[in-house]
Amino acid sequence: MGGSGLAVRDLSVGYGPVRALRRVSLEVPEGAVVTVLGGNGAGKSTLLRAVCRTLSFHGGAVTGGTVSLDGRRVDTLAPDRVVAAGISQIPEGRRVFSRMTVADNLRAGALGATGGRADRAAALRRVHELFPVLADRAQQRAGLLSGGEQQMLAVGRALMAAPRMLLLDEPSLGLAPLMAQRIAETVREINAQGTSILLVEQNAALALRLASRAYVLEVGEVTLSGPADELAASDEVRRRYLGVVDEDAAADAERAGAAHPVLTRWKG
Amino acid sequence: MSTFAELLLNGISMGSVYALIALGFVVIFRATEVVNFAHASLLLAGGYVTATLHEDIGFWPALLVGIAGAAVVGAAVDLLVMRRYRGSDHSVLAIVTIGVDILLTTELTRRIGTDVLALGDPWGDAVLTLGPISLAHTRIAAFVAAGLLITVFLLAFRYTSWGVAMRAAAESAETAALMGVRLGRVSLGAWAVAGGLAAVAALFLTVFPTPGLERATSLAALKAFPAAILGGLDSTTGALVGGLLVGVTESLATGYQSELTFLGRGLGDLAPYLVMTVILLIRPAGLFGTKELARV
Repeated sequence: MGGSGLAVRDLSVGYGPVRALRRVSLEVPEGAVVTVLGGNGAGKSTLLRAVCRTLSFHGGAVTGGTVSLDGRRVDTLAPDRVVAAGISQIPEGRRVFSRMTVADNLRAGALGATGGRADRAAALRRVHELFPVLADRAQQRAGLLSGGEQQMLAVGRALMAAPRMLLLDEPSLGLAPLMAQRIAETVREINAQGTSILLVEQNAALALRLASRAYVLEVGEVTLSGPADELAASDEVRRRYLGVVDEDAAADAERAGAAHPVLTRWKG
Repeated sequence: MSTFAELLLNGISMGSVYALIALGFVVIFRATEVVNFAHASLLLAGGYVTATLHEDIGFWPALLVGIAGAAVVGAAVDLLVMRRYRGSDHSVLAIVTIGVDILLTTELTRRIGTDVLALGDPWGDAVLTLGPISLAHTRIAAFVAAGLLITVFLLAFRYTSWGVAMRAAAESAETAALMGVRLGRVSLGAWAVAGGLAAVAALFLTVFPTPGLERATSLAALKAFPAAILGGLDSTTGALVGGLLVGVTESLATGYQSELTFLGRGLGDLAPYLVMTVILLIRPAGLFGTKELARV
């Protein structure tokens, strides 16, 4: 252990008899942006739940391994203590409190913060600087914001706790490309202001541009890891996550297609 | 006309007491998504504590102890019983509260026996007469006290961190946990507040013209149940409107019973449920209950 930043060591997680993560290890050094890529069901959200200790809401439990922040174990803490330790998560699907106003959503984000009134005011100023639209719509119900604005609110809400480590679960999901780009820029800005970031994404192209280091998670195991630019250049990642098909792979696919009879509509 | 005004005012007063009880239902439902069938026994517990203590320590201290007592009983139910079932299905939890209610009510009725306990309130049977209208002091006190408590509660719900935590937890427990909200504390607070409100309601359910605290008081408390449901179980506004609606309906139905003899007797007890049924037929989520508000 030791070292600053988030360290996950040999983490295994199960939902009842189902093993969701198998001895996963990864590190997010202080000040870095690290991304975890993987398809649906690879265990990306499970990983974040395990770090934030919310697995119990889904009937899951950590069966082995450790999670530590700056060398301090956080995998034995209650969820609120994890937040107090400096880890905030922006959950998948934004999950803003849709019946509450934008202002109250931001207040809710500060509930787990350890600082005082002045810190909260400073955090709110920072959020309003990043997203002026949240100040304009302060009294509007969050459920009535557009998808992009809701994502901004979700980011702002997480920042209200002034986290040192921010976990993002598929922030680009369901957003128009332009809005996804906007969120990516914000992530970069938040990182530049000193917050370390663990980004979980299916949009590999976007994630690899942001991150300095990347891990590929498949069926609960880390299958690839390395500097983001190296991974972005590797054939396997290009084929599987960036949608780039090189000639060999295209030929492979053709051969595979030829080997199987083509199914036609049943006319009987 | 003066009869009508009297009935209406009495109804509003009773309604505000029902609203206090209904608010307790709503608070627990919002914080934990559990329909609390043990609410009537919390009320009985609060009333019982006040009734047994008022002769020794005076009415006001006894009332405070009663409120605190009911809050403690509520918190204890959450801590000792509900917490063990956390993560179970909400309908399972609702059934657990029925069990808690049976236990608590049995013990309390055993203690109360066939007695009718006075709570020693300072209003007695004094009546205020304004022209043709006469109104018991207790009814005025009920309205003022309930109005005050409800206002304080709603302000706290709207503006304090406690309120924000409560509403956040009500919308999504998991997301609230990610924000650092301590869900255990939220539900403990909800049960305690509901208990305290119920103890105040117990006082006003048992003062003049009602004879006093008896076994059947918990049945009277059940009238707040249709109030909470017709308002929408997850809406504080709904609890207030529902409470008033039930109070006024009951008062008018009882008052004009002689003109409605073809319906038989006891219409006043039935009327709240009739209103609830009609409203639910038209608006299944209750008057102010949440229909999904979401942009897809």
